[in-house]
Order: sequence, then C-alpha cells, then structure tokens
Amino acid sequence: MTITTPKQAGGGVAPSNLVTFQIDELEVSVPKGTLVIRAAEQVGIQIPRFCDHPLLEPAGACRQCLVDVSMPDREGNLRPMPKPQASCTLTVAPGMVVKTQRTSAMADKAQHGVMELLLINHPLDCPVCDKGGECPLQNQAMSNGRSTSRFVDIKRTYPKPISISTEILLDRERCVLCQRCTRFQEQIAGDPFIALQDRGARSQIGLFSADVLGFGGDVPAGPAALDESGRPFASYFSGNTIQICPVGALTNASYRFRSRPFDLVSTPGIGEHDSCGSAIRIDHRRGAVLRRMAGDDASVNEEWITDKDRFAFTWQSAPDRIATPLVRDETTGQLRSASWAEALDVAAAGLAAATTAGGGHGVGVLPGGRLTLEDSYAYAKFARAVLGTNDVDQRVRPHSAEEDAFLGHAVAGRTVGGAGSVTFTDLEQAPTVLLVALEAEEEAGVTYLRLRKGVLAGRTAVFSVAPLASRGLDRISGTLVAAAPGTEPEVLDAITGSAPLGQLRTVADGLTTAGSVILVGERLAAVPGGFTAVLRLAERTGARLAWIPRRAGERGGVETGALPGLLPGGRPVSDARARVDVAAAWDVPSLPTTAGRTTTEILRAARKGKLSALVVGGVELADLPDPAKAVRAIEKVGFVVSLEVRASAVTELADVVLPVAPPTEKAGTYLNWEGRPRPFPQALASTALADHRALDALAAAMGAELGLRTITAVHAEIDQLGAWDGARIDAPVESAAEPTELAPGQAVLASWHLLLDAGRLQDGERFLAGTAKRTVARTSAATATAAGLTDGELVRVSSAHGSVTVRLAVTAMPDLVVWLPTNAPDCAVRTSLRADAGDVVQLAPADPAGDDVVSTDSAGSDNNDEVSA
Amino acid sequence: MSVSTLTPVLSAQWDATRSWTLATYEAGGGYAGLRHAFTQEPAAVLATVKDSGLRGRGGAGFPTGLKWSFLPAPDGGPRYLVVNADESEPGTCKDVPLMMATPQYLIEGSIITSYAIGCHHAFIYVRGEVLHVYRRLLRAVEEAYAAGYLGKNIMGTGYDLDITVHAGAGAYICGEETALLDSLEGLRGQPRLKPPFPAVEGLYARPTVVNNVESIASVPAIVMGGSDWFRTMGTEKSAGFGLFSLSGHVVRPGQYEAPLGITLRELLDLAGGIREGHELKFWTPGGSSTPLFTAEHLDVPLDYESVGAAGSMLGTRALQIFDETTCVVRAVTRWMEFYAHESCGKCTPCREGTYWLKAVLRRIEAGQGSMEDLDVLLDTCDNILGRAFCALGDGATSPVTSALKHFRAEFEQHITAGACPLDPAASALFGYPPRDAGRLAGQMAGTVQA
Ligand SMILES: Cc1cc2nc3c(=O)[nH]c(=O)nc-3n(C[C@H](O)[C@H](O)[C@H](O)COP(=O)(O)O)c2cc1C
Ligand code: SF4
Ligand code: SF4
Ligand code: FES
Repeated sequence: MTITTPKQAGGGVAPSNLVTFQIDELEVSVPKGTLVIRAAEQVGIQIPRFCDHPLLEPAGACRQCLVDVSMPDREGNLRPMPKPQASCTLTVAPGMVVKTQRTSAMADKAQHGVMELLLINHPLDCPVCDKGGECPLQNQAMSNGRSTSRFVDIKRTYPKPISISTEILLDRERCVLCQRCTRFQEQIAGDPFIALQDRGARSQIGLFSADVLGFGGDVPAGPAALDESGRPFASYFSGNTIQICPVGALTNASYRFRSRPFDLVSTPGIGEHDSCGSAIRIDHRRGAVLRRMAGDDASVNEEWITDKDRFAFTWQSAPDRIATPLVRDETTGQLRSASWAEALDVAAAGLAAATTAGGGHGVGVLPGGRLTLEDSYAYAKFARAVLGTNDVDQRVRPHSAEEDAFLGHAVAGRTVGGAGSVTFTDLEQAPTVLLVALEAEEEAGVTYLRLRKGVLAGRTAVFSVAPLASRGLDRISGTLVAAAPGTEPEVLDAITGSAPLGQLRTVADGLTTAGSVILVGERLAAVPGGFTAVLRLAERTGARLAWIPRRAGERGGVETGALPGLLPGGRPVSDARARVDVAAAWDVPSLPTTAGRTTTEILRAARKGKLSALVVGGVELADLPDPAKAVRAIEKVGFVVSLEVRASAVTELADVVLPVAPPTEKAGTYLNWEGRPRPFPQALASTALADHRALDALAAAMGAELGLRTITAVHAEIDQLGAWDGARIDAPVESAAEPTELAPGQAVLASWHLLLDAGRLQDGERFLAGTAKRTVARTSAATATAAGLTDGELVRVSSAHGSVTVRLAVTAMPDLVVWLPTNAPDCAVRTSLRADAGDVVQLAPADPAGDDVVSTDSAGSDNNDEVSA
Repeated sequence: MSVSTLTPVLSAQWDATRSWTLATYEAGGGYAGLRHAFTQEPAAVLATVKDSGLRGRGGAGFPTGLKWSFLPAPDGGPRYLVVNADESEPGTCKDVPLMMATPQYLIEGSIITSYAIGCHHAFIYVRGEVLHVYRRLLRAVEEAYAAGYLGKNIMGTGYDLDITVHAGAGAYICGEETALLDSLEGLRGQPRLKPPFPAVEGLYARPTVVNNVESIASVPAIVMGGSDWFRTMGTEKSAGFGLFSLSGHVVRPGQYEAPLGITLRELLDLAGGIREGHELKFWTPGGSSTPLFTAEHLDVPLDYESVGAAGSMLGTRALQIFDETTCVVRAVTRWMEFYAHESCGKCTPCREGTYWLKAVLRRIEAGQGSMEDLDVLLDTCDNILGRAFCALGDGATSPVTSALKHFRAEFEQHITAGACPLDPAASALFGYPPRDAGRLAGQMAGTVQA
C-alpha cells in the first residue's frame, strides 16, 4: 500500500495519427479528429464559447466560437471558406489554416456580433446574479464584446425564477440557450428532466413533464414517479447543470444570493458520500462552506458529481456538532463538557482497565466505514498495538466471515495499476460489465455515469444480477439477470460457457471477452455463498473483479487493517511473518494472535459481558444489521469511548466522547474503490482533531506511543510498511443457504440504500431531500394479488419486530419477493423490521381502519433476541 | 408569348374530373413510369434521373440523381426515402396544389425513387396545417396499397415498399431536411449538425434521401420520357420544367408549369399582367428568403444560374408580386415577423437577430425609426448571414438587405416623415379592414410582443 498517486501511463500518439495545421500562424500537430477549439486550447489560444463543453457532444448552437478558416484545395492552393466556421464543431484537417479573433478581423467581427445578439435579451442583472464574477458570459462580453449596446427596443422578459426542482431554480431571462444543461441530462445522466421548449426568442428551458419528456427509459412506477417534493422524479445528477451553465440561469436553492464568487476561498476536496472518490471543490467564506462544486479529474469523476456529493455538506456543521470533549458525570450520570486532558485521562483509565492486559475482558473497536486512510490506520493500529486485540471491524452494515475472506483474498492489495485492478477507464472500455448486488446509480453515482458512457459509445453491455431492473439499469440499456435475494450464488453458478443459449450464456461469453469486469457490491455479504460464487465466476471467465462498497472509507480500511483478519497492507493476521513484520514496524514486541471478532461478534460479546469496553468511531447504530441489539450492546458494555463529529445514538450512551473533525476540517486521503488514493487538504481552519490525532493522544494518555500525531507521521509509517508480498487470505468457501419455505402472505425481502435517503450525512439539506425518490414497496403482480394487495395502495410489510406501511408499486420482478428502500425517512427496514435483504417478511393490505399515512412502527419484543443472534 | 410556352406535365391532369383518384390518374397514363422502371435495374433508373439533370425543387437545387448516388453501398440495414412536403416558405405554394390535385404523382415518384435507391419504407412528411392535403395523401396511399402498387411483392416484382404519411405540427423549420428528420423521429424539430449528412446518417441514423415533393413527382415523367426528353426543356444547367407560383398583384395568380429559364415578363403575359392600372414594384423570385427583385429584373431568365448572377436565388420559384401600392417596409416587416416567429431558437444569430430586426422594422414602419436604425438593420443582417446554424437565419436577412439595396429611400421616408407614406388599403386586393392602429400604439408604449 502506498499513498502516493500513481503516475498515469504516458499517452503518446503515433505520428501517423497526427494532423498538422495552422492556427494564428502557429503550426500545431494534434491527434486526428480533434476539434479546432480543443486544438486552440492546447496552444493556449482561448476561443470564446458557450455551448461547447469538452464532455458533451458538439452542438454548434451559440455561434460564439466562430473563426476564419481556409482550406487547401486539391492543388494545394489555400481557399478561404466563405463563412466563418464554428470551431467547436470543426475537426482539424491537414493544411487547414485557422485564424481566430486574434488574427482575423472577420472572426473578431463575427464574435462581437454574436455577443451583441446574446445580450439584447439578457437582463444584465449581473450585480445580483450568483454567477457574477465567474460568468463566462460576463467575461467574454468584456473580452470579445462591444462596450455599448445598440439595442434600444424592448427586451423579452419572463417571471423569474421558476423552480425546476426543489434544488434548482431557473432564471429564463439569463439563459443563453446553449443547451448544455439539457445535453448533460440527456447525454451524460440519461435523465432528461428539462428540455428546450417553444421557439424563436421565446425558446426556453422548460420543466419536466412526464407526458412530454418521458423518463428516458422506464417510468418509476407508482408514487416513486414523483420525488419527495411531489414533482415528477428528476435526476441525481442535476446539480452538474448549475455548474456547467455558462450564465447564472440555473441557481441552487440553498446557495442563491448567499455569496459572490470573489469572496469565496476554494479548496480541493474529495466527496465523502461514496467510495468513488470524486474530486470536488469546496468553496467557503469566513469558516463556513457555502457550496461544493465538481472537481475536474479525468481519471475518476471527469467533471461530474452526484447531487449528494454536491449539496450534502451541512451535516459537517450541523447544530449537534460536538464542540468539546464530554465525560459522563459520576454523580448526575449525565454527559458534561470536559477538558481534553480530563477526557483523555478518563478514557485512558477506562480502556486500560478493560484490556485483557489490564484485567478486563478486552476492548472492541468499531471505527465505522467513513474514515480517511490515515484515521482508519490509526484505529487499526490502536486496536492491536495499544489495546492488544484484533477485535476491530469497520463494517456498520450486514457482513460475514465469508466477506472477510473475500476482502483479504481478492480486494486487499489491489491498487490502481497493479495486477487485476479495475479503474473507471476500464469500465468505460469493458465489453461486458456484470453488476452483482450493486445498484450503481444509487450506491456509486459517478461509477454509473462511466458505465453509461461506455454503453452509449457502443462498447459496453451491462448485466445486473438483482431482483428487479431499476430505472438506472434501464437507462444504461442493462439486462436484468433476475435473482431473488439469496439465490444469487445459484444464478452466478449458472453463468457458464456450457449454459444453454440464452441470457446466462450471453453473460458468460461476454465475461470471457478480454477486458470484461464484474462489479460486486457490499450487499453480497448478506448472501451466504455469494462471494464464493463470484470468485468462481471470475476464475471461470477470466473477468476482472472489483468490489464497490458504499462508504468512502471502507476500501481504505481493507488496506489499513480495520478488519478483524487483516493487518495493514492486507497482511493476514493469521500469518506469523506478517505479524512479525508489522510488530517490528510498530516497535511493539508482538501483535495479538487471537482471531478478531467481526462487528456483530463484537456487539454480541459486548452484550454478553465478554468485552469490557468499546471504542466507537463514526458509527450510526441504525445502520447495523440489528440496531436494537446494537443499542443494548452499548448500554451493557462497561465502558464506551466515542469519537464523533456530531451527537449520535452512541455518544448519548458513551462514557467519554471525543469530538473529531469532519472531512472539511482535516486533511486526509480516501482510497476509492479502484484502490486509488484520493488525498485532500484541510479546507477550513479548525481546532477539531482528526481521529488519528485523537487516538494518538488517547494512546499517550494510556502511556503508549502511537506515533500518529501528524499526517506526515502516518504517511511515513504507511510507506515504511510497504506492500505485502506474502500470501493473501484463502478464498472463501461457503455454500449457499437453502431457500426458506414461505407461508402464505410471506415474501423474501429485497432492499438497498437509495442515493438520497435518511442518511445522517444528508441532514440539514431540505432542498436536496426534496429530490429524493418517494418510498414504495415493490412486488410482482402475482405476489400482490396473492397477498391481496393493490397497485398504488398501502401495503403493510411486517416482521416479528415491527412493520412499515408504504405504497405498493407493482413491478416486473420475481414472485414472492418484496423490495423496500433500506433507509428512507419513512421506511427504515433495519430499525422497523430488524430485517434485511434475504429475510422473510409478511405482506398484508394496510389495515383499512388504520391511519392512511405512511408510517413505521417498531415493536420492541426482544425476548427471542439471542435465538436469532 | 403564348400558352404553348407552358409544359404541363405535373399539372397536366389538374383539370380532370376527380383528378386526385387513382382511377383518373391511371386513365391519364399514371403508373406507366413505374411499370417502365420495374423493367430496369435500380441502377439504371438512378442513372436516368442523374442524366436528366433534375435538380432539387425544394429550393437549393441540388442535383437529385447525384444526391441519391451519395448513399453508401447497401449493408443489409434499412435505408429511407423521406419526401419533404412541409412547404412553408412564404410565397411557396406549389407542393400543396400538386398533392391536392394529383397525389398519385407523388406516390408513383416515391415508389420509383425507393426502388432506385433500395428503400423499403418511405415517409412523406406533410406540413401540419394542411389537413386536407394530409387526408388526400392518406387516401391516395390507401388506394395505391389496394391496387398493389404498395405493400409486399409489388406487381409481382418481389419488391416491397411501405409508405407512411406523417403530419408535422406546423413549423417552418421542419422543412429544413435535418430538422424534418428529427421531427419525424418524434424529437423537437431542430436542424442537426452536419456532417454526418442524411445520405450517411439520416432517419434513425440510417442512410436517407430527402427530396422535395416536386422533385419526386418529376421522376415518373423522367423515367417514362427519358433524360434527353427532360433536357429538351430548360437550360443546360437547369434542365426541365417546374411549377412557377405567381401570387400577389397579378390578374391571374396561380401555378404555371414552364421550362426553367422562363422570365417573369413571359409569366406575367400568361397571367394577364399586373393588376389593372398598376405597375410592378418588387417581387421575390423564389420565396421570401430570396433577395427581392424589381422591374429591372423582368427579363432575368428564371433558372438557377441567371437568378444567382442577378443577385438572388431561384429558390422554390415562388413569385410574389407587388405593385407600387405596396410599402416595402411593411412587406419586409411582415416577413421578419414570420422569421422571428419561426426561428427554431437553436442558434443565437437567428433567434436573437430576427427578434431585433423585427423590433427595429416595426418601429420604422410606425414612423419611429432613426437613420442609425438602418445601419443597425444592415449590420445585424451581416451578423446573421453566414453565422447562423442553418439557412433559415440566412434567408431571414434577404428581404431586409435587398429591400434596403433597392428601396433605401422609402425606409428613409418613413423615418423623416414619421409615418408610412403609403396607404395599406390601396395595396389590398379585397376590402381591407381598418388599420389596427391600437396594436402598433400599444407596442410603442411598451407592450412586449415576441
Ligand atoms: C428553413 C428551411 C425550410 C425549408 N423548407 C422546405 C420545404 O418546406 N420543402 C422542401 O422541399 N424543402 C425545404 N427546405 C429545403 C430542404 O432542406 C432540402 O434542401 C430539400 O428538401 C431537399 O430536397 P430537394 O433536393 O428535392 O430540393 C427548407 C430549407 C430550410 C433551410
Ligand atoms: S440554463 Fe444555462 S446551461 Fe441551460 S441552456 Fe440556459 S444558459 Fe445553457
Ligand atoms: S438559423 Fe439557427 S435558430 Fe434559426 S432556424 Fe436555423 S438553427 Fe434555428
Ligand atoms: S461554442 Fe461553438 S457554437 Fe457554441
């Protein structure tokens, strides 16, 4: 493992593919097919433009980029073209002579003319426009426009603004109709939720109308057709339109009128909401983040980010931020503010006593899955070197021992450029991509866009092993390989070259093609035999495999050792040489040899008094497979130290709370799912400590030297450890579970997280929340009929522990399966049902006498707790 | 000049009883061209059309046979013929009467063309407003199917063809061939970026030929008569006959089918001249998008080359004729209102430029212009012409620049006198409602009319 960004392979172009031409008297050679406007950029000549965008298909609509072009005829005589040409649609040709506004009066006049025309109907309200100061129209009007207008007639006006979603407002007067926004939605996101409407000077970007625009594929069935704000469902990527709008026509509801670009300080960052590691830019002023923009990283997110990465940042400065360390007062039993010194002392004493060395039953460590590489490394080291335990597990979600083996065997050590690695670019080039337990759009936003790019270019065919074809899958022309929850191993095993001609055979043959990829999501951990079958499939077909977890820190945690069976670098805990290696580097006599417990095992041990203390990082108990049991574990265990940004269910029960810094207030590195280090600097000045620093201090208070006070120290140590060249953990061998018998009215639960849901990292962003999908339950028509359910009506889904009541959307999917969103505001299956994908639930029409509202209720019958544990 | 100058081919049967029926059409020799074509290889049919020198009748005059030959070699996938029946250019009114009177001519031409280019599904895209034409075409296609001219194994040749008649929704821009294709595909009608040209990636991204109604309707006669016969009419580079549509201040407005190269003077003779007691002031040779001519140009041969040399374009041979009672500012303003309304809005020069030109022209017409406005008009035209995405924008400038070239004094009069020097009622052919002074006044007071 190394945290230096790998060098890109040099992309040299063979001279035979170069075209030599002239631009403003400069001779330039560029690859064949290059647009004149791009070629000009390469030699530093800026041609003004509006509709042009390097990642969108050329449109040639605004006509701002006109240049003067001459072409050699057959005899080689230069012939000027009669009209100026749009440089954004013209590809270079050998011997072409281009004169831009710098050398041609004709081009200059043409550009001035277009600019004057663009401004006649423009409101010129720059002083109150969000874009003022960073506006291509403003800038180019200064550089390539007339200083005064000859227009004295009446401007076309519109009421302003109109909201096109809760998140985005449109000022049609400012719009220059470049169609970047609509082209983005159509070409990149595949969600044409806005379109050009009307004509002539009344042309305008118009609202989504399901009747007119369609949904670009299937219709989100039932109430899901409307977003949370009651509009036809729009797009998870809509925020990108605000950024690429070359004027201030599209503005964000929360940022509108809040700031001037020149008052903002920009710091590069990395999106913390998924494992893609999208480059972002954090714009802040006087210590407060005002907005986030997509960063430009061709190898990762190109120039796009999800709306979640863009808009969900208020959680970091939410009112429930923990400002000072807290300790539980011995007399009142309440948490009270404490100094760092006091809190560290209390924590150190409690932990020291809880370790086996200190006479306790030991300490379990739950770092959470959202950490930077540096923080995660600190937890992994703190557990082993200070607490003397392998009981450390970052997973706050369903997980399994099979997954431990899978991660250690097939994921650890796979960094970008290494053998078997998969990158974003590989996805776009892959002939076949098979998704297993992964809804790319919901769980790894920009990954979805890359897949779509490959599909649209005609290179990639996507298949998905899932219970239903999501709207996202439809928009990448993906093929569903239907699998009811739990049957995935069976389906995966059936993908063989000897399968009868048909879908499974197509997938098998596709995966055998060089460059094909299997992407597997974290949810497969809930399916016994799933990872085993995936590995067999990869082996059988030769397809490369990548694991895409949801949380930003989980891929890094596999490398840092934030798992019970792995030490830094993916070294197996069970490997004596690995332990010796790491012990030497850490300057400790030895590392614990006892196999570590997984999250569930740690919580169970805590509940049963087999652990004396817990160190808990950013963990949301509601995300755990069984939140109720988790709460009891925290309640029962003798001593809890919580390192948190904001008050949570854990901090409420903790004995000591150490406040730690959210991502904007610290520097760090995420390792994205590719295994690519995504370092970011600290954006806001802050006194908050990163987890690694807090742990370093805590270790010191316990009399141990963690050596991870500074980020440089962490890096030095990680680099010194280097990669592991020894054997990896053995591949898992686990068989699939026998299908459960279903009684009448029962169904197997299918579920995944939607991009926008009740996650705490979306707190405080109501405009974003308005664009989330509405909650529905999905079943097949036959299952609905059998259970007496009606499409569009309320259905009550229940377990022994509770129920949720939501609207039903009949969907094409396997029978006897019901899908629910994992953590919607009105449907949190783990909390309400204490069930997860693969569990059996009961379906019934909602009690007609009951309230006709979507609701969740949770019965707290804990009696049979340990039976099911 | 006598009626013998005329060469009625397409219009030969227009006066027959129930000329639009298949029976009448066949009785007059209809479908002989198709039978003759089926005796030849498709390539031979294409060669005949190419040799005939037929040029596109939709305005641009591109050689029709040459266009067909641009289709890439068959690859087993579909290729399409799309007939452009969107006729919307102000003044142009030839395709509509042709389709009303003898729709079978177009159907036969479409079958022969499809056969020649290897197409098995042709489309006729009809302007949305002309419902009667749409109905008549639907019926004609029905009749052709019933008679075995369309469908599977046509006349036992083994050749299959379907024709779909599609009604547009009423947009001038949908006559532009690539916008038409988008519209036909169910998208918003906006011109596409070229290349790729329709011949390579047209309808549904497949090789496509787009031709005007009159071009296609001319094919049966060419196949029957042969290319040499066709070339006996017209000039060397502008071969054959065409419909000349005379409208405005003429005694007998209407369609005059004559060889290309005929002059307006000759046509006026046939049409009974300018209305009694008046004289020619200005006219369009090929619709409103072609620069205005004046009485000076009465003897310009109406073929592509001569009209071009005289500073205009033959276009669609839509001769709108205006006598001295017509205010040129008023005429140009009305045209500009049309362009501003019909601009598709895709590109800045046309979308914004026509809006501006319209505003300035309205002001001048109302007597509230300034001399600087005339420079603004010319400079704005200069900023549109050759800068717009498609020919609509270019065409919109023609009336303005040509009117200012020939009648600048009349524009200046409006400005200096503060009013129009002419009486609009005098130019009307029929009782003219009182001038809507309120509308203009309202506009000047600040009402926004886009
Ligand atoms: C704004 C605009 C409107 C047009 N309208 C028509 C039309 O209504 N009918 C037509 O045949 N061609 C029209 N054209 C020309 C077509 O683009 C195309 O050149 C023609 O259909 C080709 O057929 P042809 O080669 O048989 O003339 C129009 C072009 C423009 C730019
Ligand atoms: S809203 Fe912005 S991006 Fe969209 S067309 Fe208008 S100017 Fe372009
Ligand atoms: S010139 Fe531009 S705005 Fe006008 S019709 Fe053509 S594409 Fe549309
Ligand atoms: S940037 Fe080239 S036309 Fe818009």
